Amino acid sequence: MSRSELLEQPEREAELLAGIARRVLDRAASRGAEQAEVGASSSLNREAGVRLGEVEVLEEARDRGVRVTVYCRGCSGTASTGDLRPEIIDQTVDRALAIARHTQPDAAAGLAEAELMADDVPDLDLWYPRDVSMETLIERACAVEAAGRGADARITNSEGASVSAEASVSVYANSHGFVGSNRGTRYAQSCILIAGDESGMQRDYDWDARRRFDQLAAPDVTGREAARRTVRRLGARRIPTGRFPVLFVPEVARGLIGHLIGAVSGGQLYRRASFLLDAVGQQVLPEWASLIEAPRQPGGPASSAFDGDGVATRESALVADGQLLRYVLSTYSARRLGLTTTANAGGVRNMRLSGGQRSHEQLLEELGRGLIVTEVMGQGVNLVTGDYSRGAAGFWVENGEIAWPVEEITIAGQLRDMLANLRAAGTDHDERRSLQVPSLLVAEMTVAGQEA
Amino acid sequence: MADSMYDQVRTHLLAPAGLGPTEIDLALNRLLARGIDFGELYFQRRVREGWVLEDGSVKNGSWDVDQGVGVRAVANAGTGFAYADSLALPALLDAADSARAISREAGAGQVRIAPVTDYPLRYQAADPTAGGGSAERVELLRTIDAYVRSLDARVNQVTVSLTASHDQIMVACTDGTLAGDQRPLVRLDIRVLMEEGERREQGFSGGGGRFGVAGLMEPECWQHYAREAVRQAEVNLGAEPAPAGFMTVVLGAGWPGVLLHEAVGHGLEGDFNRKGISAFSGRVGEQVATAECTVVDDGTLDQRRGSLNVDDEGTPSGCTTLIENGRLVGFMQDKLNARLSGVQPTGNGRRESFAHLPMPRMTNTYMLPGAHDPSEIIATVEDGIYAVNFNGGQVDITSGKFVFAASEAYRVRNGKIGPAIKGATLIGNGPDVLTRVGMVGSDLKLDSGVGVCGKEGQSVPVGVGQPTLRIDGLTVGGTS
Repeated sequence: MSRSELLEQPEREAELLAGIARRVLDRAASRGAEQAEVGASSSLNREAGVRLGEVEVLEEARDRGVRVTVYCRGCSGTASTGDLRPEIIDQTVDRALAIARHTQPDAAAGLAEAELMADDVPDLDLWYPRDVSMETLIERACAVEAAGRGADARITNSEGASVSAEASVSVYANSHGFVGSNRGTRYAQSCILIAGDESGMQRDYDWDARRRFDQLAAPDVTGREAARRTVRRLGARRIPTGRFPVLFVPEVARGLIGHLIGAVSGGQLYRRASFLLDAVGQQVLPEWASLIEAPRQPGGPASSAFDGDGVATRESALVADGQLLRYVLSTYSARRLGLTTTANAGGVRNMRLSGGQRSHEQLLEELGRGLIVTEVMGQGVNLVTGDYSRGAAGFWVENGEIAWPVEEITIAGQLRDMLANLRAAGTDHDERRSLQVPSLLVAEMTVAGQEA
Repeated sequence: MADSMYDQVRTHLLAPAGLGPTEIDLALNRLLARGIDFGELYFQRRVREGWVLEDGSVKNGSWDVDQGVGVRAVANAGTGFAYADSLALPALLDAADSARAISREAGAGQVRIAPVTDYPLRYQAADPTAGGGSAERVELLRTIDAYVRSLDARVNQVTVSLTASHDQIMVACTDGTLAGDQRPLVRLDIRVLMEEGERREQGFSGGGGRFGVAGLMEPECWQHYAREAVRQAEVNLGAEPAPAGFMTVVLGAGWPGVLLHEAVGHGLEGDFNRKGISAFSGRVGEQVATAECTVVDDGTLDQRRGSLNVDDEGTPSGCTTLIENGRLVGFMQDKLNARLSGVQPTGNGRRESFAHLPMPRMTNTYMLPGAHDPSEIIATVEDGIYAVNFNGGQVDITSGKFVFAASEAYRVRNGKIGPAIKGATLIGNGPDVLTRVGMVGSDLKLDSGVGVCGKEGQSVPVGVGQPTLRIDGLTVGGTS
């Protein structure tokens, strides 16, 4: 299908993908698979990138793919292809079957129970097609970058701005007869700027992403915010080594809660690779905090009526009043643990931390003397032990007021303690994200910088 | 040899799709509008096979095929890019029409291409995914699992994975380039989780390169990785909290070369420097390291994970000196950035796949050996740490700040290696960290072949290496 056809008639593209899925399932069954499942997707992306007012990249992308898993006598095999010609689809199924002949039986393998399949697939308000022209994208990207470059005399250079329009259709089907389809649109813009003065150069960015093109932030909002975030880093320095309270802004606070979710995810648990083994019923966050998952939220960033196994999703708390109520499980990991799936194959969808009540000013006041972290770097998170050590940048705070920017420091602690002893949270959730976490104030961490 | 590489790709990749010289010329000619500096077609087919063992059995395997053509047209600093997941001519011509929209001018031209074949091969065209062997691979993983468990009763979980891929590419460019390559890549990973009392720790080891699976099936190869993974988990079980603060750090030989990749490597990529956004921009000729330091990026090493016969733009791979005796001498370039900077491409134009644009990327980046015995280096440290293994790193190329996370490290006091310490992030400033290199060891070692480098959302396989180094001052992010 052409671009405009897909945008105007996504049902036809979904039917095309469903046809491929049926072909896959029929062939798998006729070749001896007891069960099979298939995911097929098709997406379009048009993107314009500009730098210093000139076009840098214009991209037209069309991605398609099919992934099949077959189950034969307790053994499974998986194969995928980006080539959707019928004969290649057939070969792909045969490949999956060939692999299943060599794998060993696994009692946990196989589809989710048929009665768990989503029997209703409501419209979740995710499809706002618009055939935005390349010229429009270019103009908008230029406007974003120009607003950023014009916002402050200390903006000396740019890595550019880009604007994109994406539409995707996907189908998941399995041999229970379940066929589910999702479609969604996403429009995004971003801008990366460079600021410079006698202290050196700094880089930062801002972005926005929405289901509807007409809901994207105005170009000058993104450009100016990118500039503000970049220039405020100029003159950053290190701080002495010591122990201080640390305020994580929403974009890095997300990471902390992301580690909590990772540690209670089935794959980590059945491998015993988690600092939160057997933690259901335990206090993992302060009593004022809850984590609620709303996978069917209309228009949500990750909304879907079914998970990666076809299982019906529903609103459910992961943490209530600080207590862990459940794990994050797919059909497979649930079976490995002797539990029931939580419809989280593919991860959590639209998870929000509630219970925070502080304004930004209140959080600063409560921080008193300590660190605001706006960026973390590197892979220093060990989910097995909960040991946490990252590079960081942000601001030093004295008497509840931002004193100066900070960089080239590390922050370290133990995730279990950091999370359980959160002192306060804000109300500044980032609505653009599937995992929505406000600013979090961590009681104390080891901060390393210069010699003390 | 390189001519047979080209012929094979032509036969196996293009001919089945009905593409020959005529079709390629037709598509390239479409890209030649006025105002277009160069146009390029990149054909690719990549097959990946993977097996994973968990809980003593190989429970799943995967087979993934990706193929398509990426077309770009470059006008000054602007690029028009489109790709198709079909190699058929109509899809190719559609992609060419989309890509040339970068130039609003009409026009046509004629291009003459001929295969580039006069370069040596760094690896052979072996296809590690061909010829079956599934049963042997599954058996290998089970044998490794049994061996790992026999090494230490405290081993609780063992995960072993084996991946093999075969990547066939053909690049045709309006500058006359026509080159084909077939790239084998195999990798074995062993991860163990050990429990003792209340403590649980992981250990990891693995390796691979551009050769067939047979190379990994040698017992001396996989047994080495197995022992190494178990040893690391054991060391971590006894590790104490790491210190926090600014101190002397000795980095072991080999994989700790991730320091060079993050601290200087990315900052020396041609795109960032052309744009003036790297902390190293405009500093060619300056002293950025002590005189003992010479750093190269070398894609010509035999069978190494980061090696290439030709890069993804058809430029034969090279060995580029980045820092010579402490002085910054060169950057890594792809065609676009080389042209705009008035220099030659260095064979560093790489892309994750046909669906991504090429850019300057590292291959195998390492520091040449120095004069000191490693034990002599440790002996000079009064108070610091000795870090021998890492998880990987990250850099902000503009501010120059980089991190890398130690996964195996020891306290050093009075010239003696002391107790193991827990993993900690190290942070420094790229443009000055090498000016603090106090001693360079004679023990240059390259990593075992597990490196993956990410840049602007694209992943490519790379290698790193270095001799033992003493850095006189780096911030260590421990808790005590």
